[in-house]
Amino acid sequence: MTAVDSRAQGGFVGRPMKRKEDPRLITGRATYVDDIQPVGTLWMAFVRSPEAHARVTSIDTSAALAREDVVAVFTGDDLEGIAAPLPCAWVPPGVEVNAPEHWPLAKGHVAHVGDPVALVIGVDRYSVVDAAEDVVVEYEPLPVVVDPEEALKDEVLVHPGLGSNKVHEWSLGGGDLDAGFAAADVVIERRIVNHRVAGGAIEPRAVLAEERAGHITIWSSTQVPHFLRLFLSILLGLSEERIRVIAPEVGGGFGSKLQIYGEEILCAWAAQRVGRPVKWVETRSEAMMVTHHGRDQIATVRVGAKRDGTVTAFHAKILADFGAYLMLLTPAVPALGAFVMSGCYRFPAVQTDIVGVLTNKFSTDAIRGAGRPEATHMIEVAMDQLAHELGLDPLDVRRRNFIAADDFPHETALGIVYDSGNYQASLAKLLEHLDVAAFRAEQERLRGEGIHRGLGFSTYTEICGLAPSRVVGPGGFGLQTGLWESALVRVHLTGAVTVYTGTSPHGQGHETGFAQIVADRLGCDPEQVEVVHGDTAAGPQGLGTYGSRSLAVGGEAVAKATAKVVEKGKALVAHKLEASPDDIEVRDGRWIVRGSPEQGMTLAEVAGSAYIPEDIPEGMEPGLEETAFYDPNNFVFPFGAHAAIVDVDAETGKVKVVRYLAVDDCGPAINPLLIDGQVHGGIVHSIGQALYEQVIYDEIGQLVTGTFVDYALPTAAEIPSIETDRTETPSPVNSLGVKGIGEAGTIAASAAVANAVIDALRPLGVDYMDMPFTPMRVWNAIQEGQQ
Amino acid sequence: MIPAEFDYVAPDSLDAALRALAHGGEDAKALAGGHSLLPLMKMRLAVPTLLVDLRHVPGLRGAQRENGSWRIGALTRHADLQGRAELGIVGEATSLIADQQVRNRGTIGGSLAHGDPASDLPTILVAMEGTVSVRNSAASREIAAGDLFQDYMTTAIAADELITEVRVPALEDWGHAYEKFTRRAEDWAMVGVCALVRKGADGSCEDVRVAFTNMASTPIRATAVEHALRGQPLSSDAITGAAEQAAEGTDPPGDLNATPEYKRHLARVLTRRALSRAAGV
Ligand SMILES: Cc1cc2nc3c(=O)[nH]c(=O)nc-3n(C[C@H](O)[C@H](O)[C@H](O)COP(=O)(O)OP(=O)(O)OC[C@H]3O[C@@H](n4cnc5c(N)ncnc54)[C@H](O)[C@@H]3O)c2cc1C
Repeated sequence: MTAVDSRAQGGFVGRPMKRKEDPRLITGRATYVDDIQPVGTLWMAFVRSPEAHARVTSIDTSAALAREDVVAVFTGDDLEGIAAPLPCAWVPPGVEVNAPEHWPLAKGHVAHVGDPVALVIGVDRYSVVDAAEDVVVEYEPLPVVVDPEEALKDEVLVHPGLGSNKVHEWSLGGGDLDAGFAAADVVIERRIVNHRVAGGAIEPRAVLAEERAGHITIWSSTQVPHFLRLFLSILLGLSEERIRVIAPEVGGGFGSKLQIYGEEILCAWAAQRVGRPVKWVETRSEAMMVTHHGRDQIATVRVGAKRDGTVTAFHAKILADFGAYLMLLTPAVPALGAFVMSGCYRFPAVQTDIVGVLTNKFSTDAIRGAGRPEATHMIEVAMDQLAHELGLDPLDVRRRNFIAADDFPHETALGIVYDSGNYQASLAKLLEHLDVAAFRAEQERLRGEGIHRGLGFSTYTEICGLAPSRVVGPGGFGLQTGLWESALVRVHLTGAVTVYTGTSPHGQGHETGFAQIVADRLGCDPEQVEVVHGDTAAGPQGLGTYGSRSLAVGGEAVAKATAKVVEKGKALVAHKLEASPDDIEVRDGRWIVRGSPEQGMTLAEVAGSAYIPEDIPEGMEPGLEETAFYDPNNFVFPFGAHAAIVDVDAETGKVKVVRYLAVDDCGPAINPLLIDGQVHGGIVHSIGQALYEQVIYDEIGQLVTGTFVDYALPTAAEIPSIETDRTETPSPVNSLGVKGIGEAGTIAASAAVANAVIDALRPLGVDYMDMPFTPMRVWNAIQEGQQ
Repeated sequence: MIPAEFDYVAPDSLDAALRALAHGGEDAKALAGGHSLLPLMKMRLAVPTLLVDLRHVPGLRGAQRENGSWRIGALTRHADLQGRAELGIVGEATSLIADQQVRNRGTIGGSLAHGDPASDLPTILVAMEGTVSVRNSAASREIAAGDLFQDYMTTAIAADELITEVRVPALEDWGHAYEKFTRRAEDWAMVGVCALVRKGADGSCEDVRVAFTNMASTPIRATAVEHALRGQPLSSDAITGAAEQAAEGTDPPGDLNATPEYKRHLARVLTRRALSRAAGV
């Protein structure tokens, strides 16, 4: 093995290494589900309801079945092999949840546009779509309700059999809220609408299933292959060891593939029925319609404070629009935000009250940040509104309420323990890059020229690294699962290394980051470390990638498994070199005896001795591989300070982000490039929500934003060059000191943009407005403000 | 997103293409850049039975100067025209169409034949008072811009006809500006305003043309603005006054991003901006 110069500089961890996965992705050599084509594969297409709410009075499949290219047509009446409806995995102890049954094919009743009523299987991708048009379905339309506040009145029922649209009530609070408001000099209240968004992954969903000799393999573009196997087992009544789920290359998820979709179940079920492989690849129009949406909350936020800006009470009442069915985590999403409703502040009393409601729209569920972007938006917009009400500087109000840097671990009024933080430091670092006084002078000058420029901040913390099982599991928060993670580290005879992780990356760069961690510890090059993921038949049971958990939970599991390998390797080297295991260290790519570096072995030599065990310590097993499961004792709480500068064209209402600065802290960087990638993407996602993206249904429940023309994802042309910096405050929770960073940008940014837009609009008489800041909405707000 | 079945031919001469179109009847469609037709087919909003691909038809690409005009072949791509100063407003407007990928494929003939009032080039043709040359297998004719666009995505071109060439006056001594208002850089215009201004020696407005994108079911001229400004001094007051008339007589359809009222407002603002830029004030 050749020496690598980086090691002289202290190892691979911390280096901005380019991603190992990029060459195959950039050159089109990656394998996605749609690239896999077993011999004899049939295609599946769905007949979907054009009505938002209807009774299905008849389905005539005869014309479709008469086609030569059609193999089978199934409807809701044919589902007897499917043992249970689609799952919702949140069963909060002691809370009543009014949940409709959700079958993968409608059984006589459809509740949203796109609800599948039949599926067609045929010989190619084109003919099944033609055949689906030949299935004649008669609908008897029922009244439709799309507005969650209307739905709460129960005048129109989304599921008549349920008796009510209200799903549940759930609260989380701490401290004395009444006393807090009583002690306040001012109380502000704002209605804050966080509109519905889509995940917008570039690869739509795709599923392929093949049954052979009683074993079934499912390839799915999913974030959670192990969960999918579990639910396939439960729903299809198949024993788990006969099911293999593979998530090959997955082209983005953003939470939208943290789901158990009816199409996945049906694809496997249909493959069993027809005895041939069956494939379904979602079209973009389907993705907009029936891949779960996110957000869609109406919050009433009340904040009580002293004249000096000290907050005495914070109360958020949230009405969450769940759409027509509860999917895997639907009702849990707003609750995730409640855990950090104290933000990075010392609020003595905080409470979140959530009401969930059904409407005739598609389901909401986790989209990047899942509840925490909504919470941060409420908190950070409210802090600005409060500062304005009190005539104080919004940064001073934040500083006055920040948890002190020496007060960590910090238990908030909610009983949540923040692991580590230094909010003052991240804000100070942000201000090293941004001269606020100079900005204000510039802002004044530009107003004279008719340009309305605004500056907004967002100082945030969030809760991630989902785990710990005892907190989030069945007896705690109520998720019907543990949330640990696993890893297997296998050193091969040649010293090459394969790492199996239970996380399931879909663009994050685990293959690089995890390899850096392993390479340093084993004394090899990350290029020699292959990270395998997304295959239930390879490596131990795992739980997938979401909730910014992969590094803080999965990466720590990798570190722990590697540590076991190192321990065994040291014992082996000590035996060979006649030294004590305690004196063996891995340095510069060699396993050496401390103090006498001329005595040493390479990883290949260590592995060779382990696999050709002619001379290993008494009682030691041959081989060199170890498995670890890791369940942390707490969440991790990344944090940071963001600033947005926007220009508003007051004549047209058009908003442009002209500068965006982000200082984030996710503990010591394993790979700063990966962090920047996640931060950039997260911020763009959130600027997207603030300025461009919105899922819109009309009053009869038709989806208006069914394409990427109407659902306006921002492009590079809309986004300024994002300026990033970091502070590094280690987490005491894991040995790496790391926190998640996949969602932080999304969680932070919408509030910074909103505050900036409002800052720009204040001279025009606009003190508050909701996202999205589209030209017409901003123009309308200005017209109203001028009256 | 999955088109219905269709037949496909790619003839290698204009005559063969015209014959194929005639043979294919009402449901045959020419295929140029495909960037308007293919999306419609994928959404099954268009279901042609035969596509006559023009990719191998020679001699229909490029822009040539002839006397006081430009002759632009129907298969000339937006990318062939974008940013070319000598083409005046055509060079400016083509660089604002969608993104580079679309400009690399989309053609001027396809854009005009498609007749989408949200597209940019129909407006430019109307403002320039250009013409298109069309042919079927028997004859050829010229259609003036004012007669070409009849209704929403409906033109005077018959099913068996192809545009072969677009002719626009060079308008060399005219100032020009195209103000395209979009949410994202790559979007279709919410409203677009094309202004062409000829300044007299005394600085007054000798002639002016203003046309709108997406303010009606076809591109339309803002005649009230033109009347108000023609013969006036090109001052910012006069321009602002004229631009106030921009929405007069318009009845734009509302859509997801803009109500009719907001579109009329945008038309006024953008007309002022376009005229100011075209007049250099
Ligand atoms: C994402 C996206 C964004 C876009 N944004 C814009 C925009 O901002 N502004 C804008 O103006 N356009 C925009 N377009 C449209 C683009 O410019 C199209 O390419 C163009 O309008 C049509 O040209 P085409 O060559 O692609 O035509 P095609 O799609 O091939 O054909 C369009 C129609 O014209 C007919 N046709 C084509 N050539 C001829 C001919 N020579 N004679 C007779 N009939 C013919 C076809 O039969 C068809 O009916 C956008 C397109 C996309 C996909």
